[in-house]
Amino acid sequence: MKPHARLSSAIRAAVDRGEPALVAFMTAGFPQIDKFAEHLHAVASVADVVEIGVPFTDPMADGMTIQRSSQAALKQGVSLKWILGELATMQRPEAPLVLMSYLNPLLQYGYARLAQDAAAAGVCGFIVPDLPFDEGDEFRAALAKEGVALVQMVTPVTTPERLARVCAASEGFVYAVTMTGTTGKSVTVPDEVLQYLARVKAVSPVPVCAGFGIRSAEQVERLRGHVEGVVVGSALVEVLERGEDAATWLRSLRAG
Amino acid sequence: MNAHVKFSTAEQSALLEQELAGRFPDARGRFGPYGGRYVPETLIPALERLEAGMREHLHRADFQAELTDQLRHWVGRPTALSYAPRLSAAWGASIWFKREDLAHTGAHKINNALGQALLAQRLGARRIVAETGAGQHGVASAAACARLGLPCTVYMGAIDMERQAPNVGRMRLLGAEVVPVTGGDQTLRAAIDEALRDWVADPDGTFYLLGSAVGPHPYPFLVRELQAIIGREARAQFIERQGGLPDAVFACVGGGSNSIGMFHAFVPDTSVAIIGIEAGGRGSGLGENAASLSYGWPGVLQGCYSLLLQDENGQIHETDSISAGLDYPGVGPEHALLLAAGRVRYESATDSEALAALQECSRLEGILPALETAHALHGAKRWAKENTGKTAILCMSGRGDKDMPTLQRTLLAGNASSTSVHAGAKP
Repeated sequence: MKPHARLSSAIRAAVDRGEPALVAFMTAGFPQIDKFAEHLHAVASVADVVEIGVPFTDPMADGMTIQRSSQAALKQGVSLKWILGELATMQRPEAPLVLMSYLNPLLQYGYARLAQDAAAAGVCGFIVPDLPFDEGDEFRAALAKEGVALVQMVTPVTTPERLARVCAASEGFVYAVTMTGTTGKSVTVPDEVLQYLARVKAVSPVPVCAGFGIRSAEQVERLRGHVEGVVVGSALVEVLERGEDAATWLRSLRAG
Repeated sequence: MNAHVKFSTAEQSALLEQELAGRFPDARGRFGPYGGRYVPETLIPALERLEAGMREHLHRADFQAELTDQLRHWVGRPTALSYAPRLSAAWGASIWFKREDLAHTGAHKINNALGQALLAQRLGARRIVAETGAGQHGVASAAACARLGLPCTVYMGAIDMERQAPNVGRMRLLGAEVVPVTGGDQTLRAAIDEALRDWVADPDGTFYLLGSAVGPHPYPFLVRELQAIIGREARAQFIERQGGLPDAVFACVGGGSNSIGMFHAFVPDTSVAIIGIEAGGRGSGLGENAASLSYGWPGVLQGCYSLLLQDENGQIHETDSISAGLDYPGVGPEHALLLAAGRVRYESATDSEALAALQECSRLEGILPALETAHALHGAKRWAKENTGKTAILCMSGRGDKDMPTLQRTLLAGNASSTSVHAGAKP
């Protein structure tokens, strides 16, 4: 199975179990660089997909939590090269892995080599918040050679024509941002958001996962049936930051 | 010449030809290889609306009439072109100043702030957000918003708030809310990140009034169009007074708004040397300066593909300059293009060279220039020594009153004639 298909089927497998897939985000090497593998396995023991954050100096789409975790990881020497090296050599969890990175670290690594190294390290897809669909051709083509997905983001303000175009080109899953704003703020899930998610689902050939501001079992429950998966990010990073057990907290999201 | 920027002679002339033919930015918002629109998906509709609104209004007669009227009667344009007789005598070449320091609020920033605020009003914006480094763009935005009755929020790095304290007070008096940015590097770059985050939260009602020729398309183009009046006026004034063109033009380059404004009208004049001066800080090492055209290589920061000061992992590097307005690790894409095309020469001046030039200009010409401008002054001085008898126009981009806290710590500290002091503004 190609990496991007592993991603879609892990999400569909959760749906078949009767619950939305959990896509869980953690900043690589945060809070401790030497506990990366341990945290990864803890998160992956519950999550259906793990989104590993590559820290960047200027995370313009992220709120305070991920700004803080990114800076702390950078301070400890975490880099894309280090992350791929760790993943390539460690005993990897079964859950498929996705890298979340701003564009510049990827650009400096070199797209062709990155696609190869990522595939070899078990990475199934990339999420690049500052790479909108229109600028993504070159990276998408490089990843396609290795069967690795470039996961596209859509938002409530994405126009209908654009939504159709972006979803049609998506692999792995479509990341439906539930609100305008940066990551990490808690939001209720109003009816308008459910209507928007229905519009995304209607045109997406791959599973749709909702993210930005998901922190509670109530929110996850509210989204059940409306999307194939939910992305939890800042809230999980805060759990790790407090030194609490990631797996226990992730399980609590499913208790709703 | 930047060793990371390699273009063949044929590529250079092709790029220059397209620039001269007005083909940049192209449909994808690119100046040759540079530029583009690297932003979160949430901002795409807002940028598309801004681009459409800009194309609809910017060059329309009624918009231009309103802009021109405000520029004349509120900003005080055209600004003077002043001959600098004593500096010319000292340096050996004829130096002229395009006096943007005389524009309302004390710098060229008002040209862009007013133009964008007028555009925001036409596009129905409910509020304005802006970033500021030296505080000049923040003051200009606050003033333009007050003039037009628009609420204004300005993000400013905590370090910049300290080293440009007078401007923080000015913004508040002009009715703006000034929000300190304590994340990131606490300077201009962090302020832009925070302004973008604010805009992402309300892309429909908020207008982001970006102050430099950087960021995602269409900002580099929009800012250049609004600042190009500097070079157009200077060129016409010089021809009227001197009957021909100067041999060179100078401007300081941070993000690159006063410089692109100064240079643009002169790009077709092949006899005119165009020279941009970046912040050389304490030296040429990574982290010691803010000279991205001199030392950077291509990458993506804050919406734009251009030359950046970064490390091998693509992490943006902290910069160092005595001048808050030049303290930025990237540069506008059109400057990167003009470097690639070989049309503009980019050099740098160190902190102490800028301080010495500021001192010299103040004493000889009775003009206290902004620290940013002082970098261009040093560049012109260096050029003048090798080009005796020639003529140059320098964009006097702003006045130096805002720099008094830094000047108190440096030129005015202890031995008043000492210039070998580093500002040391960053912890």
